Amino acid sequence: MLDRTTAPTFKTIKSFTLVEPERLEFANGLKAFIFNTSDLDLIKFEFTFDNILLKENQAILNPILSSMLKEGTIELTSKEIADTIDFYGAYLMPEYSFDHTSLTVYTMHKYVGKVLPILKDILQNSIIPQVELDTLIRNNKQSLQISLQKNDVLARREFYKEVLKDTRYGTLPTESIYDSIKQQEIISLYRKQIQPSNCNLFIAGKVDASIQSMITIFFGEEWQNTEVLDKNNNLVFSAYSSDLVVKEKPEVLQSAIRLGGLTINRTHPDFPALQFVNTLFGGFFGSRLMKNIREEKGFTYSIGSYIGNLKHTGFVTIASEVGVDVTKQTLSEIQKEIEILRQEKTSEEDISLVRNYMQGMLLGSLESIFSHVDKFKSVYFSGLTSDYYNSYSEVLKNIDSDQVQDIAIRYLDYDKLFKVVVGKA
Amino acid sequence: MINFNRFKLDNGLTVLVHEDHTTAMAVVNILYKVGARDESPEKTGFAHLFEHLMFGGSINIPNYDAPLQSVGGENNAFTSNDITNYYITLPSNNLETAFWLESDRMLSLAFTDQSLEVQRQVVCEEFKQRYLNQPYGDVWLKLRPLAYKKHPYRWATIGKELQHIEDAKMEDVKAFFQKFYTPQNAIMVVAGDVTLDEVKVLSEKWFSDIPSGNSFERNIPQDAKQTEARKEWVESDVPVDAIYIAFHGADRLSPDYYTTDLISDLLSRGSSSRLYRSLVKENQLFSEINAYMMGSIDTNLFVVEGKPLENVSLEEAEKYIWNELEKLKSELIQEEELQKVKNKIESTMLFAELSILDKAMNLAFFEMLNKAEDYNHEVNKYNLVTPEDIHRVSIELLTKENSSTLYYKSKTREHVG
Repeated sequence: MLDRTTAPTFKTIKSFTLVEPERLEFANGLKAFIFNTSDLDLIKFEFTFDNILLKENQAILNPILSSMLKEGTIELTSKEIADTIDFYGAYLMPEYSFDHTSLTVYTMHKYVGKVLPILKDILQNSIIPQVELDTLIRNNKQSLQISLQKNDVLARREFYKEVLKDTRYGTLPTESIYDSIKQQEIISLYRKQIQPSNCNLFIAGKVDASIQSMITIFFGEEWQNTEVLDKNNNLVFSAYSSDLVVKEKPEVLQSAIRLGGLTINRTHPDFPALQFVNTLFGGFFGSRLMKNIREEKGFTYSIGSYIGNLKHTGFVTIASEVGVDVTKQTLSEIQKEIEILRQEKTSEEDISLVRNYMQGMLLGSLESIFSHVDKFKSVYFSGLTSDYYNSYSEVLKNIDSDQVQDIAIRYLDYDKLFKVVVGKA
Repeated sequence: MINFNRFKLDNGLTVLVHEDHTTAMAVVNILYKVGARDESPEKTGFAHLFEHLMFGGSINIPNYDAPLQSVGGENNAFTSNDITNYYITLPSNNLETAFWLESDRMLSLAFTDQSLEVQRQVVCEEFKQRYLNQPYGDVWLKLRPLAYKKHPYRWATIGKELQHIEDAKMEDVKAFFQKFYTPQNAIMVVAGDVTLDEVKVLSEKWFSDIPSGNSFERNIPQDAKQTEARKEWVESDVPVDAIYIAFHGADRLSPDYYTTDLISDLLSRGSSSRLYRSLVKENQLFSEINAYMMGSIDTNLFVVEGKPLENVSLEEAEKYIWNELEKLKSELIQEEELQKVKNKIESTMLFAELSILDKAMNLAFFEMLNKAEDYNHEVNKYNLVTPEDIHRVSIELLTKENSSTLYYKSKTREHVG
């Protein structure tokens, strides 16, 4: 008779090897990282630029620049770029994050020669056409109006505005800011930022000799720097409030809750342990917050906490949307769960569950060559090497209840978090 | 191209195995052939509520999630109008844990009152978060009943109203399980770093003693062919007007499905697409515009939706959309434009083969539709579509009599204007 009550024996989760890229550095300062694999018909080129700001309070220009990169060059109109990219089944994606702007193209291997010249043109000859800029701004304003109707968006904006105030990270778009954007500013920014000496190029796929030589000619030799690179790296973070701010919205069914504050980032030795504690606290489906607030009480569809890693700081944040009648109770349950982590020893069973879960997720996050690139980028942009993942694995393996409590005491303090409710509290 | 093997247990459970040893992970994906279309009109939202209950403990295992997490795995599920799909990803050397968990909940749930009580609340909060407390969140609660009069596609998977979920009873839960959660109504796909032999052994060991259950016949009411244009006006507290036009289109298994899907790509896929080019870029009438197929098994919806700019009324917006649709009916498209959307299909299919979970889900879905082998012929079927097909199907599909239009009007804008 089959014993269905006992779980099959657990087998230790395997370790893994990361693909190390081949590195090239060209005379113009461009650094390229090649992740070669022979068995893939897709190839990805990602040109990544550190964000350089015209002024700290003009961070809103950077995502605009990013979106405008596919909107026209001296040689090609926005329509011609779109037609060619789509015709070859390629994907051209400008992406923007707090610290980086990137231009990514995925293409089938057989069409690399058709697609790369467009990238070359964009990086060297963009003109930021006024008419396309007007369209982008008009459409951004409409999407902004819509997102400002969403309580979770409003709560997140309050959080960024308070906790990351006076920095690029806390600068948020408004309609009037959009209206004030000048074409000339975006062009200046393009010249400052989109330069080979500010670029890391990540290539993944089957990179053969002909592709290597295209890269060398297009991006290593023919691409010139336009200005001296301006890297202003001093960010000052101000003290932020730890009050509860309530933005009343009378007719809502749910309140959006957000709490958070500044913390360490990946460069700090405690970061892996903090990620462990965060996972236990609110970082996965089986977390303390989910178990208590969703699975026991049914207050919400979802609740979670997250550690954000930025170049100049880290932040911790907790967010949920809950029934208006249980908003207060949810806040006090969040506080209670933090206190439990700080005051009680976490059981060996809980620690081992989170440990195995995180090891499994790490293993599972390495699915294709593209995920090896992502792993590499995360540490590279923090000024670390792939050794980070070894020490991360060591922390997972060895963490115990004393360390969990110690990390919670040092990095999770309800009283110091900024708290905002949009809805009713 | 996805290679796989298939076998069937005596109790009717179909098992597909796809080996991919470039990963150290395995996926176990179980598709149950039950969705919101199988619900009664008085108890809508049930298939989805049931999906939540599947995580509330089974007959021999009180907690589903923790044993999986503690071997490095994770899981999730989704419900559509046609299917309910559950999936696990875990390190392949712990594959047996997935078999243990999935087979026990196919055998029987624990049916605890506490689980039903809590999940009813969780689903109600999900209803509010996604459909009621979101700008435009209720669009599908209105558009479905406009487009469908009899077919159960007339309600969304979340259900018609909160009340239906609040009223769910344990006896309904049990009956639903008895009828639909049986081996013969399920397809299991095991993919990744696994071998056919080990999957055979584990399937026999854990699933073979589950009773096959009774077969049943689906008698889903079908709509009569639509013969006149339907329209509905809604006013809502949103900042921007929106328009949604839904047409009845080809079933998932109809040969014209591929043509219809390509029509939606011609209209709105990528920055070079017709609607985007004409209405957002060149004439600056919309901030967003989209066309897509729902992809459901029975009579499909082909939807065009857009948000016009402030100075464009909904009536004008509608007219501009129709101008573009009429072009597909009056002019034969160029081969090159058709080749463009076919090339995009080819590269998209390559992306879908990067992940073992995507591969497993696709195999299960195509096995449910007809047979998993069909997945590997999808690109060919798209490639066979001709400009004449596009023309013919556009003429049949894109007519006023076949359309249901939802005018979603902003209250706030009216005050300003």
